[in-house]
Amino acid sequence: MYSDKVMDHFMNPRNVGEIVDANGVGEVGNAKCGDIMKIYLEVEDNIIKDVKFKTFGCGAAIASSSMATELIKGKTLEEAWNLTNKAVAEALDGLPPVKMHCSVLAEGAIHKAINDYRIRMGLEPWEDNITDLDDHHHHNNE
Amino acid sequence: MEQKRLIYMDHAATTYTKPEVVETMMPFFTEQFGNASSVYTFGRKSKAAVETAREQVAKAIGAKSDEIYFVNGGSEADNWAIKGIAWAHRDKGNHIITTKIEHHAVLHVCEYLENNGFEVTYLSVDENGLIDLDELKRAITDKTILITIMFANNEIGTIQPIAEIGKIARERGIIFHTDAVQAVGNVAIDVEKMNIDLLSLAGHKFYGPKGIGALYIRKGIKIENLIHGGGQERRRRAGTENLPGIVGLGKAIEMATENLEEHNEKIRKMRDRLLNGIMEKIPYTKLNGHPEKRLPGNINVSFKFIEGESLLLMLDQLGICASTGSACSSGSLDPSHVLLAIGLPHEIAHGSLRLSLGDLTTEEDIDYVLEVLPKIVQRLREMSPLYEDFIKKGEN
Repeated sequence: MYSDKVMDHFMNPRNVGEIVDANGVGEVGNAKCGDIMKIYLEVEDNIIKDVKFKTFGCGAAIASSSMATELIKGKTLEEAWNLTNKAVAEALDGLPPVKMHCSVLAEGAIHKAINDYRIRMGLEPWEDNITDLDDHHHHNNE
Repeated sequence: MEQKRLIYMDHAATTYTKPEVVETMMPFFTEQFGNASSVYTFGRKSKAAVETAREQVAKAIGAKSDEIYFVNGGSEADNWAIKGIAWAHRDKGNHIITTKIEHHAVLHVCEYLENNGFEVTYLSVDENGLIDLDELKRAITDKTILITIMFANNEIGTIQPIAEIGKIARERGIIFHTDAVQAVGNVAIDVEKMNIDLLSLAGHKFYGPKGIGALYIRKGIKIENLIHGGGQERRRRAGTENLPGIVGLGKAIEMATENLEEHNEKIRKMRDRLLNGIMEKIPYTKLNGHPEKRLPGNINVSFKFIEGESLLLMLDQLGICASTGSACSSGSLDPSHVLLAIGLPHEIAHGSLRLSLGDLTTEEDIDYVLEVLPKIVQRLREMSPLYEDFIKKGEN
């Protein structure tokens, strides 16, 4: 059901953990639906110097978190903001249709963490077109 | 992904077919293949084999052989029993009583009947998965034509008070069906003593072949046919007899019920060692299902802060086969209806694991699972933001 890439990122997740003095944190999802994703950013000079995640969820959710963090590490905030869920899924050699929402969660968690950083810096948060992530199951985000 | 060894802990999903059973079946594929409904001697030999199997099934559940009808499995047996009784007795009433924790082969049939003019009461269960007999009594109306309650639950293993339910049904003159797919070969069954009118069973749950099952219908019970066509099974169930399957079912049920207590004791001992080990080694774990009134091979636990599908994937990497009630493994939105019915919050239901032990289970398997499972749970917890929140709360 999962690609080898998904299994690799699930069994050997990259960037798992917590950044104690993170300056941007985003959490999406809810326990009721069975998945929560939390992303920690360490931003310096508009660059994501370090990123870590914690995820409660299925194999696809963990693999999506791992891949998404890999894809934004070392990137500018603008680049990270523009990472789409599709790009995460493609980098994983695809996700089963019922698991696409996991990649949406990853995109949403990154947006939330970036905006958290912007707010901490006294900047306007960027407008996020992904809404209602805590209730994502009832939407067709694919 | 490579697997070192196979540790099969999903006997409730299906079992292997015992070599002795396969051996009994083999001649009926290649040599004695005649149609059991044919007139010639060659066909009549097949017929005789079918009748022997019918006697073996009847004996295993305390029925008479002419009360046994072969079907293709548990789902067909449940469909036939419930639809057949509903359609045959709709002049008498349109009310059916069942429970919230039935298998989908019962629940979806009930929903189908609700869309066709019937009314269904879904009895709730307590935190251990047991129905309340008083609630059952109160649910009965003068329109009630059928009570259908599973013998033992496939997920949490809870065994219902079937004899008491049968007694209530009999006193009120209501037909009683039980889905005994999980119970046969694990619990002693006597349809006479337990006042069971219809009973579903499936071969592949007790080391018989897949694709064969039976419905017991007490003599004198009026029921509509489900499968129409030829005159097989005394004109009750059309279709050429699955001869090898039927022969295999007969052999399997005989083997599964002859040393039942001895067999159960062995499985139960291993189950208890595994369960106690899990509860001891893994904190924040909850046992789901009744502590005593449960199938001998069943373990169902919820590990807080983690999700079941990721747990299954990690176990699979080590060759361990198991199940979960998490929604993420089935593609549906909600976790198992059984776990919700016993009152688990969604997030605890998502973290459930079912290990079902059986003949393939060895003491080495138990040791191995007890060695790796705590590490896997801990690994997933360390990835979980829920666990992080919980630990931080504890520190403050």
